[in-house]
Parts: sequence; structure tokens; C-alpha cells
Amino acid sequence: MGDSKRVVILLVAFAIGILFAVLLFSSMARAQDSAAAERGRQVYEHWCTPCHAPGPGHPGTQSLEVKYSGDIPAVLEEREDLTPEFVRTMVREGILLMAPFRKTEVTDAELDDITAYLAE
Amino acid sequence: MATPPGVSERDFNRALDQFRAAVGDEWVFTSDEDIALYRDAYSIYWGEEEERVASAAVAPYTAEEVQAVVRAANEFKIPIYPISTGRNLAYGGSAPAYSGSVVLDLKRMNRVLEVDEDNAFALVEPGVSYFDLYNYIEERNLNVWIDPPDPGWGSVIGNALDGGGGWTAYPYRDHFGAHCGMEVVLGDGELVRTGMGAVPDSKTWQENKWGYGPWVDGLFRQGNMGVVTKMGFWLMPKPEALISGTARVPNDAGATGLMNVLNLLENQGIVNGSTNLNGAPGSGWSLSLPIYGPENVIRAQLDYARTKFEAIEGCTFTEDLFFRLPLSDDDFQRVQSGGAGAVRNEAFVGIPNLSTFAMLGRSPFQPNPAGGHIGFSPIIPRSGEELVRFRNWYQQNAAEVSGGENLGIIGPVFMTNWERSLVGLIMFPISKDPEYNGKIRGAFERWVELAAAEGWTEYRAPTVYQDLVADTYSFNNGALTRMREKIKDAVDPNGIISAGRYGVWPKHLRDA
Repeated sequence: MGDSKRVVILLVAFAIGILFAVLLFSSMARAQDSAAAERGRQVYEHWCTPCHAPGPGHPGTQSLEVKYSGDIPAVLEEREDLTPEFVRTMVREGILLMAPFRKTEVTDAELDDITAYLAE
Repeated sequence: MATPPGVSERDFNRALDQFRAAVGDEWVFTSDEDIALYRDAYSIYWGEEEERVASAAVAPYTAEEVQAVVRAANEFKIPIYPISTGRNLAYGGSAPAYSGSVVLDLKRMNRVLEVDEDNAFALVEPGVSYFDLYNYIEERNLNVWIDPPDPGWGSVIGNALDGGGGWTAYPYRDHFGAHCGMEVVLGDGELVRTGMGAVPDSKTWQENKWGYGPWVDGLFRQGNMGVVTKMGFWLMPKPEALISGTARVPNDAGATGLMNVLNLLENQGIVNGSTNLNGAPGSGWSLSLPIYGPENVIRAQLDYARTKFEAIEGCTFTEDLFFRLPLSDDDFQRVQSGGAGAVRNEAFVGIPNLSTFAMLGRSPFQPNPAGGHIGFSPIIPRSGEELVRFRNWYQQNAAEVSGGENLGIIGPVFMTNWERSLVGLIMFPISKDPEYNGKIRGAFERWVELAAAEGWTEYRAPTVYQDLVADTYSFNNGALTRMREKIKDAVDPNGIISAGRYGVWPKHLRDA
């Protein structure tokens, strides 16, 4: 086997290796995102749904129905424009009758999970 | 970093070090960003110098950690302010009564320690919310109900200790009245159990309220004599059904009979639900009466109520609704959508929720709400004459108190949560605008003054007004307050716990 042929084989093997690594990393990242989103769903259900679930009797949903007049979904889980930074600001600073949530209620890690869930 | 009043930076840092050693670095909060989370979102002094703010916060996980924190605070004379879930919005939220206190955040202590369905009681820690206790019971399909207040995220212990109430049957909706046994950390860190809990390995801590000797639990209601770390509550076995009827009288003269019959029925235990009382000038009065229990029993109770009300001249009585419990899906939808009359929301059927906040938030009727709110809740006698007098008094004074402006104040809403008396609630919107809040302060303080002149004063107040209201309990030159001060000085000699809460100040701050 000539040197040039050997170099080509090595390059191809290297490229395949890189491809596998990228795929593996991507798959792991997706799994991590998915796990974070699932944890976020549980935290969201505990802390957020009493105000933000669909239907009557939920002050957050009612407030956003009036605020956006249907131009944007009033139920947060149906929104596609909620950036992590916006969600963090709302949770830590509050708005109108929604008081901020302390770190003994929603930890920083749980807040990251909520943002992952709402970004799905 | 701010230091508590009268505490050197060196001592404060030494105390913080001991707090960290007790609970771990992660659970001592000193940064401005973290301390801001402890501001009262409904503060009537938001952004003003008088706003009550914390200097730090510490969040223990066990009663032993609470003891260690309290001992350290006592050693360095650090004012501390316990909160349970910190959601006591409209009464101070998670902010201290005395600015510069370290908030003792008990939210992490969120264990349901026991629910006994055979004798219907629970033992919980301060961080347990009504949602938490409800979920615990439902996940195990236990045959007991909780009595939720308006804020389902509130602490079962915190609500009871602040004098809160709920919406189901008496006696359970008087939350402090329904408690049985406490565990408390005193100002020197000593752990005390009350009632039968003082017996080693007690088997009746949650089954007999009184135990032996002077009963001390009342010292911790709206009190600052210790840090409550466990508390028992009597629960109602899940009722089989709910029925409700409404009595109506055509004029103010009929209110006397209406109240007298209500008293007769409640004081016999015939009507056990939280009634809904309404009356506008010229339109008479209506009273809706939910009754909980087995179907054949509550139908008989409602029939008895009907005969008594229909004996009042001009009074009509109608049966409004009947629900078998637990609610069917259709009945649940009816309740949740507000279409079930006196059963105004899920709390009336033992399910915690936050729907009352929807009434106060942004809505088609109120597109630009102020944000927060506080309430003035004077206790008034359960008589028709006093009911009419209070309503007329409110209407005669409302314009003058608001300075001729529409400040968005709502009142009066009559509530019958407590036995044998009424509450005439006046609601005040709170915003983040100091000018508006200043007007609300003027109105609130004027209502307190006017009500006191009529012999009415309230049972519960926002932290900033706890002194003002305490001053209205002035019999014999404030003898009750002075007695409380003597007890405070004895059980918390360094005055570290919740200084100023409900108008009780420790000696060094009284003399200052």
C-alpha cells in the first residue's frame, strides 16, 4: 500500500471518528436537555400551574388573556417566545400580583430546568 | 451588606459564620440580589425608606438546625424573623416586621410527618403548603379533607399562626382553633413541645389539645415568643355531600331576623359551612348557607334552616345546589368556572387553589390592576343592627376617607369565617407608585381610626400597621400589651425573635 493510500484511509477513519463523536455528543446533549425539561415540567407543575394552567380560576392565564387579547397564547406552555432570560426575570422579580420566588422555593438549578421545559 | 440595627459588622459576620456552619453555605443568603427576594411584593412602602427589609436570610432544614441558628442569633443579639412559606402576601410576605432582621426561612422544612385518617389529624412542618398537604393526602387516598384558605401556596402552620381561616366547615376553617400541639424553639434555642407533646413518646400529641397546666399555645399565635417547627391539625373526614340554600330578606329591617336565625343555626351546628352574606342599600340582604355531611342528614338540616328563615317576615328561602362528594367532573367544572353560587371556588370543596388572586389581578373588568393589595378586617358583632350600621357607616365615610378620589378601594365584604362574629373587610390596592401608596396609607389609617371610634377593630394586620392596630386594644391603658411585653422579656430576654410582630416589642426596642 502506498503512502498516499494509507493517508487517505487514516483521514477517512479520522473523519468517521469525528462524526461518531459529534453524534454521540449531540445525542448526550439531547438526552440531557430532555432530562432537564422533564425535571422542569415537574417543577413547573408544582409552582406555576396554579396560576398559569389553562381554564378559569388561574390568575396568570386570565391576566395574559386580557394583556395579549389572543395575539399570543395566554398559557405559558403554549408560548414559543419565552427566552430563558425572560423566564428567569419573571420568576426572580415577579410582576403585578405575582411575587418573586425565593431560592428556597425554586433553586437556580430548578429555574434552569423550567426554562428548558418552556423552551421545548 | 447591611447589618441589623445595633449589631456590629464583626458580630454579624461571626453570627453568619455560625449560621453557615449550622445549615451550609448554600442556605445563608447575603447578596443584595438574594436579599431582594425577601422583599414584601405587596409593601405599602415599596421603594421608600420605611419599607421593611431583611439584612440576610438563613434557611434551616431541621428543627436541630433551627436551634443552632437561634442559639447563634441569641449569642450575638441578631434580630431574626421566621417565615414559613413566605407567601403571607398582604400581611408582610417574606419581609420582616423589624427592618434589618435576618429572615429565618423555614420553607425547606416541608415534611408532612403524619396524617392519621382513623382519628383525622396531621402533623406537619412550617414549609408544608396547602398544596403539599392536599397532594400528600390525595396520593394516598386518605379519608380526610384539608380546609384551604384563599392562597393555596400558603403554609398550613404559617396561616394558622397568623390567624388565617378557610372556607369549608366549622370548626376546621378556624385554622389556629383547629390546631393540636406544637413544637417550638425558644429564644435560647431550647426545644419545647406543648399539650400532650410534653409527655415523652406521647401517643396523643395531636389528639388532646390541652394537656396539663397552663396552656401556652396562644403565645405563638400572631406572636414572637418562639419559632414553631412542628404543629398538629385536626382534619375533617371527607364529607359525603354538600347542600346549599339562600335566604333573602327584602330590606334592612329583615337583617335582624336573618342574623338571629344564622346565629341559632350555627351555634347548634346545623349550618357548618362558610356563609355568603350580601346586601346593598335598597336591595335587602341575602345569605347563602353551605352545609357539609351525609346526604340524608344535611337535607334534614337544610329543611330545619328553611323553617326558621321562612318564619321571618318577608323572608324567602331557596335550595341552590346539591353536590355529592367528591365532585363529578361536571360539578368540578361548574365550581371552577364560578357557577356554583356560595361554593365560590375549589377551596369550598377542600381543594387548594389561587383563584381569588384572579379576582384581584388583571381582568376584563380591571385591565390595569395596581398589583398587590392589603385588607382592613374589623371584627363586628353578629347582629342585623350592627351589620346595617357598619355598611351605612362605610358608605357615609368612603368618599371623605378617599379624599374624593376613586382609589379603587373595595368594601365592605362581610365574612362569617369566625364563630359568633362578622368580619367587615375593606380591600385596598397596593402598587409600586409611592404617591398612590401614600394615598392608600392615608385611607387605611383613617379607616382604623374611624372604626376604633365605633368600637370596631381588626383581628389581623399587615406588618407595617401592627402597632397601629395593637393600640386600639387599649383597655386599662394597654394592659394586655404590657402583659405580653412581660412574657416576651421572660421567654426571649435578648428580644431576638420577630421584634414588633403584632405590636409586641422587646425591652431594648421599647426603651429606644
